[in-house]
Amino acid sequence: MPDAQPAIQLDQVSRHYLMGESVIRAVDNVSVTVPTGEFLALLGSSGSGKSTLLNLIAGLDRPSSGSVMAHGQDLSKMSSLEVARYRRQTVGMVFQSFNLLPRMTLEENVELPLRLAEVDRSERSTRVREALQRVGLEKRIGHRPSELSGGEQQRTAIARALVNRPKILLADEPTGNLDSATGESILSLLREIQQNLGMTIVMVTHERILAERFADRLAVMGDGKLLSNGAAR
Amino acid sequence: MKFRDLSDLAFRNLREAVLRNSLTTLGVAVGVASLVAMLSLGVGLQQLATSRLAKSGLFDSVFVTPKTNLRRPGGGPPASRTPDAKARPLDADARAEIARLPNVIEVYPQIRFFTEVRYDGKPYATMVAGMPESSKASGAFDGMQGSFFSSPNADEAILQTEFAKELNPQTASLIGKDLVLRYAERQSIPSQPGETAQNSGGFSVVPKERHFRIIGVVETEPASGFGGFGSGRLLIPLPIAETLRAAQVNDLRDILRDSSSDKPTYSSLTVRVKSPSLVEATEAKLKELGFGAFSLLDVSKGLRTFFRVLDLLLAIFSSLALAVATLGIVNTLVMAVLERRREIGVLKALGAADRDVKQLFFVEAGVMGLFGGIVGTVFGWLIGRALTFGTNVYLHRQNLSSVDISSVPLWLVLFGIGFAILVSLAACLYPASRAARLDPVQALRYE
Ligand SMILES: Nc1ncnc2c1ncn2[C@@H]1O[C@H](COP(=O)(O)OP(=O)(O)O)[C@@H](O)[C@H]1O
Ligand SMILES: [Mg+2]
Repeated sequence: MPDAQPAIQLDQVSRHYLMGESVIRAVDNVSVTVPTGEFLALLGSSGSGKSTLLNLIAGLDRPSSGSVMAHGQDLSKMSSLEVARYRRQTVGMVFQSFNLLPRMTLEENVELPLRLAEVDRSERSTRVREALQRVGLEKRIGHRPSELSGGEQQRTAIARALVNRPKILLADEPTGNLDSATGESILSLLREIQQNLGMTIVMVTHERILAERFADRLAVMGDGKLLSNGAAR
Repeated sequence: MKFRDLSDLAFRNLREAVLRNSLTTLGVAVGVASLVAMLSLGVGLQQLATSRLAKSGLFDSVFVTPKTNLRRPGGGPPASRTPDAKARPLDADARAEIARLPNVIEVYPQIRFFTEVRYDGKPYATMVAGMPESSKASGAFDGMQGSFFSSPNADEAILQTEFAKELNPQTASLIGKDLVLRYAERQSIPSQPGETAQNSGGFSVVPKERHFRIIGVVETEPASGFGGFGSGRLLIPLPIAETLRAAQVNDLRDILRDSSSDKPTYSSLTVRVKSPSLVEATEAKLKELGFGAFSLLDVSKGLRTFFRVLDLLLAIFSSLALAVATLGIVNTLVMAVLERRREIGVLKALGAADRDVKQLFFVEAGVMGLFGGIVGTVFGWLIGRALTFGTNVYLHRQNLSSVDISSVPLWLVLFGIGFAILVSLAACLYPASRAARLDPVQALRYE
């Protein structure tokens, strides 16, 4: 079910860092298109520029050159307020280290994007419950992250990324901190979400075998460049 | 973010570092307390001074004299007087005219004379003073035994306490008793043909008596204008004193001059106006009418300037404490930004705009300012009360009546709290913009 308009379209995107005299090409002239509803896995060794590329798609970082389009919107033409709105409404993010706020309960953590998006209070608790249900944690709603296992924390982070009903889910090594069984269950959750909600997912990962099982397509990076861009199966 | 969510998150963050944030808030409170205490002293002392002075009648009075005869003892026939056409005698007509001027409450002469009083069959020599109706509000009668004159024409007398003790050491028992005032009345003798104005034999002095009921005993005679106040021992209503038309000690010049007329002339009149601010205009108007006029306005202006400067100095000194508190806020918030790097990064990744992050820090600082301001204002008020209490204990030991040297009017409360909030927000400018500028990619980099 490919859409006429791709979810993500990168055109000759570079992100350079200046370190004194030398230039570090974290992302070097990458062009890639992700159709709507695709689950793309981004592979590559450490330091190859995967996170930098993901942050460019998320609007957390701006490219040194090239353009990043998401659902037809050019991120480089947006003001910082518009980029913030894009992050609230169009993308959801999941990190390797979960990044839940430790003193907030699951409910409060998942509610945070709703607060930022100024969603009505009356609507919030149903949406939080719905999101936690989707990841199977509705019974732990009043717990704090420290009372949960790693896998459960990552599920909470996924619920938080989904609560604003974004079109794109960006995950940076979501299984990096988890044992392989738990990692597998997280990936099958992502796959389920992709299929049930028709969501576009870009996931950075180390684990080629898992990526081959769950993703639609694998892209491999090396030294800031896109090495391969083929289909997974 | 909506304000309610902002303040929700702000309160949460404040609670998470409750010790550090309460100490910071306490620092603000100490600064505000010193500011409020100092200013409350400034305000209180000023109120004390101005209310005493206003009540004294010195600052809402104009002292009027005739313009001419000061350098001409004995005066002279009108034709030979000064060529100044505007100069005119200060007589009953003039008094009525002055009384009709706008904002004038009362116009009265200083009437005081030395005379003999009989009480309980014994004679006493004393100074009698006429009290204008407006002196009731002077404050001198506030703590008196008995009461003020029931009417301006009542045959009633108020005794100064020293004099009352001479009559009877139990001064309270004097109230309701009668005394007899013996005085000399001036009666003019109809002019005889051929007599010149220089002749001072145009009147005769006739001894008279009048009964008064003692209705009160008072500490001192109030200052009912300029000159010689405080010397009266027996106070009677001014209109009565005027009808007695006694040979006043300071009225000799009038007696010497113009004796052919039945109308009294005055060496001086005191004009009470509605408020000190109206003194200047009234003074000018009186000069226009051809009288000499004088007031203590310049003195009161100087006094006001003095209190302005005092307030300013007090505010500057206490602002030092607030400046230190401000540095405390800056420090706390900078620490918070460092500690909450990751949290700020998460908020931004979830879609918080720079503005949201900035506002969050401003609300946190504002809340600390608000609480610091409230607590500080209460502290400041308490310090003022304590100083007043201490002063009054001292005054009490000296047998002096108590005063209120500190005052916290509503504007000072609002100023204290508002200033605390403002200072906190100013202290937040740098930390908040630092937080807002934080790069989320760096903040979220996995360590
Ligand atoms: N702020 C920065 N300044 C300089 N170099 C950076 C910065 N951020 C990342 N890099 C460099 O860019 C390259 C790509 O980093 P990253 O995208 O995090 O790699 P990956 O996620 O694939 O491990 C690395 O060599 C890293 O050292
Ligand atoms: Mg990475």
